[in-house]
Amino acid sequence: MHGIHLTIVLAPLFAAIIAGLFGRQIGRAGSHWLTILAVGLSFALSILVLKHLYWDGGQIENYTVYTWAVSDGLHMNVGFLIDRLTALMMAVVTFVSLMVHIYTIGYMTDDPGYQRFYSYISLFTFSMLMLVMANNFLQLFFGWEAVGLVSYLLIGFWLKKETAIFAGLKAFLVNRVGDFGFILGIAGVVMFAGSLDYATVFAAAGAIASQSIEIIPGREWNAMTVICILLFIGAMGKSAQAPLHVWLPDSMEGPTPISALIHAATMVTAGIFMVARMSPLFELSETALAVVVTIGAITAFSMGLLGIVQNDIKRVIAYSTLSQLGYMTVALGVSAYSAAIFHLMTHAFFKALLFLAAGSVIIAMHHEQDIRKMGGLKKYLPITYWTALIATLALVGFPGTSGFFSKDALIEAVSESHWHGQGPVYWIAYLSVLLGVFVTALYSFRMFFLVFHGEEKMDKETKSHLQETSWVVTVPLILLAIPSAVIGWFTIGPVLFADYFGDSIVVAANHDVLAYLGQSFHGSAGFMLHALLGPAVYLAAAGAGTAWYLYLKRPELPQLWRQKMSGLYDLLDNKYYFDDLYIKGFAAGGRRVGQFLWQTVDVLVIDGMLVHGTANTIGRLAGVLRQLQTGYLYHYAFAMFIGLVSFLGWLLWF
Amino acid sequence: MIGLQHYLTLAAILFSMSIAGVFINRRNLILLLMCIELMLLAVNFNFVAFSRYLGDETGQVFVFFILTVAAAEAAIGLAILVVLFRNRRSIDVQELDSMKG
Amino acid sequence: MDLSHIILSLLTWLPISGGIAVLMAGDGGDSASSRAAGMRLLSLSVSLLTFVLSVFLYNNFDTTTASMQFVERSPWIEALNVEYFLGVDGISAPLILLTAFITPLVIIAGWDSIKERPAQYFAAFLILEGLMIGVFAALDGLLFYMFWEAMLVPMFLIIGVWGGKRRIYATMKFFLFTFLGSVLMLVAFIYLYNKAGSFNFFAFVELPLSLLEQQLIFIAFLLAFAVKVPMWPVHTWLPDAHVEAPTGGSVILAAVMLKMGGYGFVRLSLPMLPDGSMYFSGMMIALSLIAIVYIGFVALMQTDMKKLIAYSSIAHMGFVTLGFFLFWSIGSGSGAELGITGGMVQMISHGLVSGAMFLCVGVLYDRVHSRQIADYGGVANTMPIFAAFMVLFAMANAGLPGTSGFVGEFMVIIASFKANFWFAFLAASIMILGAAYTLWMVKRVIYGDVANKNVAALKDLQPREFIALGILAFAVLLVGLWPAPLVDMMSATVNELLTQISQSKL
Repeated sequence: MHGIHLTIVLAPLFAAIIAGLFGRQIGRAGSHWLTILAVGLSFALSILVLKHLYWDGGQIENYTVYTWAVSDGLHMNVGFLIDRLTALMMAVVTFVSLMVHIYTIGYMTDDPGYQRFYSYISLFTFSMLMLVMANNFLQLFFGWEAVGLVSYLLIGFWLKKETAIFAGLKAFLVNRVGDFGFILGIAGVVMFAGSLDYATVFAAAGAIASQSIEIIPGREWNAMTVICILLFIGAMGKSAQAPLHVWLPDSMEGPTPISALIHAATMVTAGIFMVARMSPLFELSETALAVVVTIGAITAFSMGLLGIVQNDIKRVIAYSTLSQLGYMTVALGVSAYSAAIFHLMTHAFFKALLFLAAGSVIIAMHHEQDIRKMGGLKKYLPITYWTALIATLALVGFPGTSGFFSKDALIEAVSESHWHGQGPVYWIAYLSVLLGVFVTALYSFRMFFLVFHGEEKMDKETKSHLQETSWVVTVPLILLAIPSAVIGWFTIGPVLFADYFGDSIVVAANHDVLAYLGQSFHGSAGFMLHALLGPAVYLAAAGAGTAWYLYLKRPELPQLWRQKMSGLYDLLDNKYYFDDLYIKGFAAGGRRVGQFLWQTVDVLVIDGMLVHGTANTIGRLAGVLRQLQTGYLYHYAFAMFIGLVSFLGWLLWF
Repeated sequence: MIGLQHYLTLAAILFSMSIAGVFINRRNLILLLMCIELMLLAVNFNFVAFSRYLGDETGQVFVFFILTVAAAEAAIGLAILVVLFRNRRSIDVQELDSMKG
Repeated sequence: MDLSHIILSLLTWLPISGGIAVLMAGDGGDSASSRAAGMRLLSLSVSLLTFVLSVFLYNNFDTTTASMQFVERSPWIEALNVEYFLGVDGISAPLILLTAFITPLVIIAGWDSIKERPAQYFAAFLILEGLMIGVFAALDGLLFYMFWEAMLVPMFLIIGVWGGKRRIYATMKFFLFTFLGSVLMLVAFIYLYNKAGSFNFFAFVELPLSLLEQQLIFIAFLLAFAVKVPMWPVHTWLPDAHVEAPTGGSVILAAVMLKMGGYGFVRLSLPMLPDGSMYFSGMMIALSLIAIVYIGFVALMQTDMKKLIAYSSIAHMGFVTLGFFLFWSIGSGSGAELGITGGMVQMISHGLVSGAMFLCVGVLYDRVHSRQIADYGGVANTMPIFAAFMVLFAMANAGLPGTSGFVGEFMVIIASFKANFWFAFLAASIMILGAAYTLWMVKRVIYGDVANKNVAALKDLQPREFIALGILAFAVLLVGLWPAPLVDMMSATVNELLTQISQSKL
């Protein structure tokens, strides 16, 4: 199996290197065939690994590939931990990546940086696989930063586009803020567990939780709480949780295939995956879990609201991604890790599909992204229309779709969580995920109606060219639509309630909401019927209905409301002023601090006063002393004489 | 009886005069040179006086050395002086301040 | 032939004599002449031969022992009991390798961008190389001091002759700062000599010293080493020197000369003055952290690329001193070894990365004759291969895992967390600040649309530039992906050092 694991990881890396360094030699077709074959191979082998672990009952594998370095008894290795959680992630990542590779042939067809693009997305696949297959924190961090690097490169892929390169820099820096916490968390793990390997650290989890750390003198904090919160800050950066979410909407400046692959399906879910992977640690800190729930709930609801006022098709989906990531985070916080991963998986399919469908619309509209200039596209783009409909239904949780199962299970888990939770945090979380369902349906169908239904608002020139693009675009759409529609039905039982994850995910007995839900789970059909008794489905329907009423039936209403509630609208339109805070506050403040330290402290005080001050003082002293050098011989002779006399006098005296 | 102290007193007076000459004279470089010669003479006086007093001829040998060196010095000094005069048209000590810092 | 007994002398004197030969031959006053070309070739061959010798050193290096290897010892000035005493251990050997590795690249980089007195230029680098290797190999105080001071002369000339507009100011500042510091080191050596009866470093280590003596000697050493590192607040010579120095000078200055300070701390201060080091460790950590955070902010505001990289060097060297002095804050338990090893690795990595960054700026400067960020923009459009290298090195400078820049920082952050949460907190701020200033510069220089006609006229890398940057890129990735050989080389020596510094001399 080891050879297979290595092949899965190295095939995309190899393809990325060849396409990147020798892109010109192997040509466009050469580079896309090479990378598609490599990722296809990875996908096939990932399925093999999944099959081996799940259906053939294979053993969990945890081994070292090579030793990175050893110092101070701390073994820093590169190694793989292949369990069912990893296998599931590998399958999802390689599948979506493969679809995006194929889709890119159509989307990037005229781009001069074609080979470079393929090199980057293959490199991304490699990095993401390194991340999910890691068996230690060092490699996790490597993958973590490497996906960040590729994301930076891909957002700024069109390097002449000023907004894109700014967005790339912003994404990298905001992620770095998260990584700042993450690396401190890793340092904490090493301090208390003395190891970087998951297995050793998880085994020592109990011991960590019994220790405390004094960060502010006089205040003892539980070591596990500190570590978990620090690690979670990393997850907040990567998975774009408020208040570190600002980079994700801007990242939409990059090409659409990577928005689907990186900024919807895989990379942004790395934080969710990481927390699930660290479940043995998070389970031991109630405080950390409460923090996770709070952040997730805030993100899930508030980011969804922003989706309603956006007019850029990709930004609407980006805010929806933020909101859905918030859902997953809430699930993590109520210890329903499996539900989070389950939602991660279904979300990867339907959100990638939604993005690729949006990309298809964008190609057809000649790179027009404003939904106010679309409308009535249904008859021109039938395949895109139907696949987008499936994706939207899955996103809002229409009964039977994949998103329905994952989201409903998640909401159920949150609603049951109060029995382990302390106080109001869990109730607020429940409320916000419920309201979030309404908001999700509202913005999703707003976008859907504005794009595919209603009045045709594009200009004549665009309209005359409207047509479905080639098979390389539509085939991935169809292939992604299948799991988006049906995978929930087939997998909810095994993944959530049949102990699919085994020991990969550890849940304390008094937290185990999913086990509680599992007692009343009797197959997917029963789950669906049960859900019809809950509020979520009706809220979604209400949201969709509102969208229909506001944007198809009475399209003048939103305009009217916008004027009446301009205060609220401005707040949403300015994204709660987070960007202003960061750019005008932190970034500009940092530059001012830098300017002060440089011009005032460095140049004025250190160089001006100390360095040049010393030089000038010596100069002045010399200026005084040189007055003694009159140049007259007899003065010197006199001085010599006086000196001699005083010297002799001194000799005689003593 | 003229004793050692008389010689020493004379030498001291000579030396002081030459020192005063060096300090006070601001006009003529030749005077300066002569004062230096006078200083050496005062020293020679002491050497001779002590040589006689201690009965040791080494002092008188030294005097010869000093006399020769002084002669050579005077010759070189005068030569420099001539060159100086040629260059600056003056041997006024007050004007020789090119060593001013 | 067994080279082991003379390898260090060869490494030291081969480049020096090669340099003198090149200097004597000269270029006949014409940089385009075939004689000048021959001198370039001769310089390159000498430096390559030196590198081959250093590879021999690496191959025969025994990583299991902490004692000195390849020792050469003979009396030199018998009246003063001064010896010609050379040897390397896990601390100095990697630095010698770094020196021998960087110098040929500098010579390649200066191949035809130096139009004025090329032979003298290359000779200066060869002589400098030998002297730097001498510093790392010397085990006798006077020999060490001699190499240490002699090193200033070629560097002084490199900046003063081939430098920019304000080169006289920069050289004076460079010389006075470094010289002032090292004179006090000589005083400390003489004091130690009077007590120990020889200049031998091992005798110094054995010497019992009172706390006051240790404190005073520590301060004397500190001034010498802190200026070289440079630590805040004696860092202001570095940006000026870098800005005015020619590309090769900046590379050597950043890659190797700054390491002298760090090397001095581990070779002299820590083992000889364990109690003095303990006494001052708090101050050292504070200064290191100030360097990391403060300089990070200062670097953010630079408009001159070389100045920006120079400031970033100061911040990165802060990790070196931080790692070295964590020992006393960690107290019992493990972690200190990670700190010292991390500091050592950071020195090597910084040598590679900052050297590469300066080479990159040099590539641009050769074409446009400006170091101002504002004069560039959209370079990736006209120089895609160069842009790829620049982004790679910038990422290494920002400490991306998989590049060498990450290894040392990771180790030091982990070690400092054990000492104190806030040490790690401040140190880890380089994750944000380092990325901010480096990538902001990259954004303004590399990305965007073609900014002006100078950028539009840029030609991509020439083969020799490609070779130099390619080799460095390979090294940066190699150390980043597999630092084990480097760490193993140091491990035994660092352990030995830890036992030395944990034994009080009082």
